Amino acid sequence: MIKFIFLRVFQAIPVLLFVITITFVMVRSAPGGPFDEDRAAPPEVIKNLNEKYNLDAPIYVQYFDYLKQLAQGDFGPSFKYPNRSVNEMIYTGFPITLELALYAMLFAIFVGVPIGAAAALKPNSIQDYLPMSVSMLGICLPSFVLGPVLVLIFGIWFELLPVSGWGVSAGDKILPTVTLGSTYAAYIARITRGGMLEVLSMDYIRTARAKGLNAYNVVIKHALRPGITPVVTFLGPAIAGLLGGSFVVETIFQIPGLGRFYIQAAFNRDYTMILGTTIFFAALILLFNLISDVILVWLNPKLRKAPSN
Amino acid sequence: MVAGLLLILGACGEKAKTPVEIGNEQGILHKGNGTEPADIDPHTTTGMTEYHIQMAVFEGLVSKNPKTLEIIPAVAESWTISDDGLRYTFKIRENARWSNGDKLVAHDFVYSWKRALMPALGNQYAYSVYVIKNAEKFNKNEITDFSEVGVKAIDDLTLAIELEHRTAYFLQLLDHHSMFPVHQKTIEKFGKIDDRGTSWTRAENFVGNGPFSIKEWVPNKIFSTTRNPHYWDNDNVSLNEIHFHPVENVVTEERMFRAGQLHATNDVPLEKVAKYQANQPERISVNPYFGTYFYRLNTTSPLLSDVRVRKALSYSIDRDAITQYVTKTGEISAYNLTPPKIRGFTAQAKQLFDPKEAKRLLADAGYPNGENFPAIEILYNTSEAHKKIALAIQQMWKTTLNIDITLHNQEWKVYLDTQRTMNYQVTRSSWIGDYLDPNTFLDMFVTDGGNNNTGWSNLRYDKLIRLAAKADSQEERYTYFQEAEKLLAEEVPIIPIYTYTVRHLYTDSLQGLNDNILDYQPYKYLSLKKNK
Repeated sequence: MIKFIFLRVFQAIPVLLFVITITFVMVRSAPGGPFDEDRAAPPEVIKNLNEKYNLDAPIYVQYFDYLKQLAQGDFGPSFKYPNRSVNEMIYTGFPITLELALYAMLFAIFVGVPIGAAAALKPNSIQDYLPMSVSMLGICLPSFVLGPVLVLIFGIWFELLPVSGWGVSAGDKILPTVTLGSTYAAYIARITRGGMLEVLSMDYIRTARAKGLNAYNVVIKHALRPGITPVVTFLGPAIAGLLGGSFVVETIFQIPGLGRFYIQAAFNRDYTMILGTTIFFAALILLFNLISDVILVWLNPKLRKAPSN
Repeated sequence: MVAGLLLILGACGEKAKTPVEIGNEQGILHKGNGTEPADIDPHTTTGMTEYHIQMAVFEGLVSKNPKTLEIIPAVAESWTISDDGLRYTFKIRENARWSNGDKLVAHDFVYSWKRALMPALGNQYAYSVYVIKNAEKFNKNEITDFSEVGVKAIDDLTLAIELEHRTAYFLQLLDHHSMFPVHQKTIEKFGKIDDRGTSWTRAENFVGNGPFSIKEWVPNKIFSTTRNPHYWDNDNVSLNEIHFHPVENVVTEERMFRAGQLHATNDVPLEKVAKYQANQPERISVNPYFGTYFYRLNTTSPLLSDVRVRKALSYSIDRDAITQYVTKTGEISAYNLTPPKIRGFTAQAKQLFDPKEAKRLLADAGYPNGENFPAIEILYNTSEAHKKIALAIQQMWKTTLNIDITLHNQEWKVYLDTQRTMNYQVTRSSWIGDYLDPNTFLDMFVTDGGNNNTGWSNLRYDKLIRLAAKADSQEERYTYFQEAEKLLAEEVPIIPIYTYTVRHLYTDSLQGLNDNILDYQPYKYLSLKKNK
């Protein structure tokens, strides 16, 4: 097991290096620089700025300087926000993005699993069709549509919830959580339904029913656990998707998470910020994939031998 | 699921007071402020977002009366100007203070402007200080001794300034952020005089001299300021706090306004303007603004080097149709570069809207009824609004001149780069004035000017701008500017389209607002009416 983890971490290094290199080359080859503004500054000033940020050195020198800096865990200063370092921005923004993603994940699980299970109990009835069509809608409806609609209904018409903010006024975390989590809740509902249908048609369930167990015991004790295994495998990629996808929700609801900085950085040509956040997210996704692989291997000993083959 | 959610919500259904209502009671203004401020160091920032905050936490030697935009005393209580217009002597207020209680003295301005000009600081707005004697040389490292620059502290309360040449708008410049003072001890506690981006502007470190001081700054969340008790005119400040909310999405901002989270918005979604004007006219403000929307023509391209073609393009644009049916928020059709009525200056020369003449000119240039006219392209930065205007113009050129135009959009920084390297034929452009004088628009098109970007060069034009700078009287300057506008109208390196408007939503409780072309609302004149 430990060997497996070591191997995977070792494999992650070239992937990360590849991401760094590609991102570095791409941001530098985009036209326009961090100091280009609507009104041109005198060339002398731009020259001084480039010197200050080491942008006048040959690109490969900059690249290796950057790698050296990275090796010390330093993402450098932000170009757009000169009095803040990229590390600091990640440090303040990421916990918020993570919190949002976790809430959305919990929402998705606690809404998706019961709905999916309920649908599977009476397949091809209204109890199945209604939630499944609603969930199809949930999958298709992007958060930049769902968010404003929820805001309109709960924030402006009924004045029940704040329309923006995060931890500023009571209840302001509800709408972003629901907006971000809905799509995943819908996925989970459909996955649960599929898994449950398969399990419910198995012989041992029929045996359990034949023995006269009541419906509750059959479903909760015997069917649900194996039925939601596919959901567990889905969680790894889902959390990565939630983290990466939170920027839309952060923009709609004015949440000071990392996703918003990420998007703004690209528009601002904030080189260090783009690189820093990309590398950070890439590392995070690698980590989550590793964790979900480890869990899978742990659940299924057959896989343990696979890497050494 | 929805039912369940409603149930939970119903349990906590008691309506709390909105931030606006609480703000009205406690004198806290909530203002939408566009994007996250890059920094608030007045010598390294360039944007309006930052300036809106700098206005609260800094103050220059002078400021402007928000009604008339006339210059009024601020840190300086009075000043004298020598007869040749080259020497200004400012008397600093005895009771001028920094937000930590330190006395604000003439030397602070000498230090601040030195900092603004330090080459290594990389101040992108350093050029606005260039009117001071030797400032440009110092900034470009041609001289290194700051005592040669025309700024001297005679004593604690007397500041003497010598200019390169007579500059009619010099006092206007003093209200620009690049001329704001900074606190030497604070700057030097966190770095050298020319260190960029040190932490001196953090809330816990900051010392300023405006009516407000920084309370809290959490990126992408809030920038809040609180009353500065040491401010010399504190007795006349009504607000206790101002909270600047960085909301880059204008639709989100409008929702926050409707939900009682903002007193004032930075902008209004275009599609909502008409609705507000019809249903809640008292809550929306739409005013002409000190900016011009225009198209640049690349006069170095073989096709557009022919002035007849440039004129034909301009004369076939129906500006009124664009402002009435496309932009639709009260923009004023523009036929010359400078917005109307800048301190008594309204340009006389105009480009025309004359489809017949446009056709004749194009035929004259060798393209009768658009025959053999090469395909040209309009470049704009990606945005729905610019696209709509470009589509309208494309249509007008097709109908009147029978020529085919393609549209090309680029992301902002790419577009800037394309425009700067003049890799375009026709490009959407705009200019917002820096100070209240026609010069802020007209000096853009001098030969090889940093923001010319059309390749257009006219020696007479260059001379007029230089003459205007040195002119003895306002009338004389304006005659030069009139002639400069005439040259632009005759040579058409640019096609003016409209004068901008600014749009805001304001709650009824916000008092003391003034309509003016700079959209200038100093916070010390604003107040909040208590809830009934």
